[in-house]
Amino acid sequence: MTEDKNQLTNIQEFLDRDEKKDQLRFLTAGSVDDGKSTLIGRLLYDSKKLYEDQLDALKRDSVKEGHAGGEIDYALLLDGLKAEREQGITIDVAYRYFSTNKRKFIIADTPGHEQYTRNMITGGSTANLAIILLDATKGVITQTRRHTYLISLLGIKHVLLAVNKMDLVDYSQERFDSICADYRAFVTQLDIPDVDFIPISALNGDNVVDLSTRMPWYHGSSVLEFLENVHVSSDNNYADFRFPVQYVLRPDRDFRGFSGKISSGLIRKGDPVIALPSRKQSKVKSIITYEGELDKAHTPSGVTITLEDEIDISRGEMIVHPDNLPRTERHFEAMLVWMNEEALDLSTQFYIKHTTLVTRARIDKIRYRVDVNTLEKAEVELLKLNEIGRVIITTTKPLFFDPYRRNRQTGSFILIDPLTNNTVAVGMIIDKLDPKDLPSKITLETKQKIERGQGLIGKSEYIRRYNQKAGTLWLTGLHGSGKNDLAYSLEKTLFDIGATVVLIDGFTIRSGLSKELDFSPTDRTEHLRRVAHICKILNSQGIITICSFISPDEEIRLQVKEIIGADLFHLIYMESDLAFSKQNKPELYNLFDEGKISGLPGVDIPYEKPLDPAITCKPDGDNVELITSYLAKKKIFPAT
Amino acid sequence: MEDYRLTNLRELEAEAIHIIREVAAEFENPVMLYSIGKDSSVMVRLAEKAFYPAKVPFPLMHIDSKWKFREMINFRDNYAAEKNWDLIVHYNKEGFEKGIGPFTHGSKVHTDVMKTQALLEGLSKYKFDAAFGGARRDEEKSRAKERIYSFRDQYHQWDPKNQRPELWDNYNARIHKGESIRVFPISNWTELDVWQYIRLEKITIVPLYFAKERPVVNQDGTLIYVDDERMPDELRKRAEMKMVRFRTLGCYPLTGAIESRADTLEKIVEEMMLAKVSERTTRVIDFDQEASMEQKKREGYF
Repeated sequence: MTEDKNQLTNIQEFLDRDEKKDQLRFLTAGSVDDGKSTLIGRLLYDSKKLYEDQLDALKRDSVKEGHAGGEIDYALLLDGLKAEREQGITIDVAYRYFSTNKRKFIIADTPGHEQYTRNMITGGSTANLAIILLDATKGVITQTRRHTYLISLLGIKHVLLAVNKMDLVDYSQERFDSICADYRAFVTQLDIPDVDFIPISALNGDNVVDLSTRMPWYHGSSVLEFLENVHVSSDNNYADFRFPVQYVLRPDRDFRGFSGKISSGLIRKGDPVIALPSRKQSKVKSIITYEGELDKAHTPSGVTITLEDEIDISRGEMIVHPDNLPRTERHFEAMLVWMNEEALDLSTQFYIKHTTLVTRARIDKIRYRVDVNTLEKAEVELLKLNEIGRVIITTTKPLFFDPYRRNRQTGSFILIDPLTNNTVAVGMIIDKLDPKDLPSKITLETKQKIERGQGLIGKSEYIRRYNQKAGTLWLTGLHGSGKNDLAYSLEKTLFDIGATVVLIDGFTIRSGLSKELDFSPTDRTEHLRRVAHICKILNSQGIITICSFISPDEEIRLQVKEIIGADLFHLIYMESDLAFSKQNKPELYNLFDEGKISGLPGVDIPYEKPLDPAITCKPDGDNVELITSYLAKKKIFPAT
Repeated sequence: MEDYRLTNLRELEAEAIHIIREVAAEFENPVMLYSIGKDSSVMVRLAEKAFYPAKVPFPLMHIDSKWKFREMINFRDNYAAEKNWDLIVHYNKEGFEKGIGPFTHGSKVHTDVMKTQALLEGLSKYKFDAAFGGARRDEEKSRAKERIYSFRDQYHQWDPKNQRPELWDNYNARIHKGESIRVFPISNWTELDVWQYIRLEKITIVPLYFAKERPVVNQDGTLIYVDDERMPDELRKRAEMKMVRFRTLGCYPLTGAIESRADTLEKIVEEMMLAKVSERTTRVIDFDQEASMEQKKREGYF
């Protein structure tokens, strides 16, 4: 009886310890020829033996089973992926599990040959570490480089290069060192911070589970020891709290909880938070789990958050800290892996799923395709199965993202074909677009193609008819600075004295032509690009345009100037401070103060004063007079 | 720096909760298939956690082959009542009326009519577009490659050549009308993880898992539990009392018992770790034909 009690305590101790272990997911890359199956077979089989041996002491009537008197074909322990391939079943990844008393391991085993890109990307997307197998007799070959590139693309931070078949090179340290040097030289081009090397013979078990006596010159750990001890917790992003809302819980009228998985970072009770895209702010009232309320929670836990204030947040929106925001953009650049049999068709409007948000997306441009074997870039018209390209994407709703290299959860997405519903591509976001690549610039390339045909009326004929030189008077200034009032007065005065003018203001354009655009920087640019093109058409037909737009940054104004033409563009700055503007037109500013709107230049986003305006107006100045005399002096109106 | 890493069990739990919520959010009419087994008990707990403090927003469905152990049925009914869950029990009425059973028709016909057909009938009847199952990748070799969202066409069939790439934790939930998915939130759990979780979370499971003196018949090396009067007399005559338990729970003549003294969770785990036979070898059903699981999956069984 006492013996029985001891027994129980011991197994309980074992289980208590065992349930505290962590998990490591890793990818194995390499082909069967490199001995990959043998290595995996050995890890699975030998570690199982080890694991159970701990229990040996506890065994009452232990049944001794002979572990391999002769040679075991470890590769046979894995099921026949080969047979399945013969049946035509596509295996992109097979998962294997094993445990030691320190860790549980999940292996994503991917076939090395056909479809390697798709397979490796799929298997590696959840891995923290990759083991690349290499044949010591062959050294670093194309396949090694290809696998390494894909691993770096996936953002896997730890690579173990297992130099196999050391038995075939007489366990030579020199050979091992030279392979490591070759690999190091290659890997420095890529973004993999942690690279380790172990010389092994999977067939003989050297340095796989136990250290080998055949390589006394090697002082590192065995593959299994390495896997048990490699430190991967710092790979997680604990800095940026990102909480994509997955499900809204409303069990009764008083409770509104936002459920989701913490994509990155950590959250504490009482933290100030902001919801995107509404930008409504509140504080964390409670962090709820089945076990009870928590003071804090971190990635990748699934929790339910309640807020102090009643804020309407739906699935697809995101809760973050107000001082640490993700990018909120509709245009971005990404590395795209094409996974569909049919090639990418640039005219398709895909569905994009990013965190919990699903919206539509189009691919504006393929910048280049990367050859996974040579890493060379090539200009292409489309991407085919297993090809990787750098692309520009525009989405219907803005995404809340971080660059993939900073955040694998909020930096990745899948593209779904709207007809077949298949996942046709996956992407890793590089970042938002460089301002020079914003849509206004993208279209410059096609500018020549759409240039208007030669008119039958010459420029001088317009000047004679209207007695004016065409041009655009572009008024910039804070909201409420008085530029709209000035624009209307100016239009009236010029009309009265015989000029032919067209007035364009933000309200008119936004209620029609730019109706679908919001006030984000990229949409603001697109909006003004449209206005600039209207001015260009009108100016080319002899008409003077008066434009009144906040146009808050120099970059935007320069783009407008470029579209219209520098000689036709006259920048007028309505200089008034924020206090005056608020008093003059309080409505929008009040809405901002109430937290109902955001993106107001001069308040929460910057307003850059023009560096070199043609005219500077003051709220109390005789501005119409100032401008009409400028036009007269420049012989714009009257021209004679 | 504080180490924020989750334990293996908590990481598996977080993954499963994420999957369960995704399905509830993106599908119109999900259901959780409930087999009464230990994995089902774990699934139920995970679903409760996913929506706490609200009620789980989908029902449970048990496909009753009418040949379940009586202890299982009792457990099921008490469990659902206690949890206040919507439980749908569906069985193939036609098959039942024809008297289809494993003793008279063999395991293949019984499984096809009373399990596979019954499941498809149940799914179609209630127009479920997503069905949670408790299958794990380590259970059986052909499952090692199974997706978490396993796509099924309008005939509930699984096309191994046409499964979608599945990356990160980003699941494609778009389907056409009539199509559906099977979802496996505990894909990455091993049998040991399941037992450890049951222990950690103090989850109740059917008593048949624990060793006890039970009447059994040795039929070609498989110990068949004498559960009710439907067992043929010539078999019943050979019954003897043995200390046995069940490693898996299926239909009663199809699932063999094993001789065991493991009457606590700890002893079960210990026994399991020392056992060299994998879990499903005690289920007769898998030996019916070559690659049988693969075949059954194509036909619509899990």
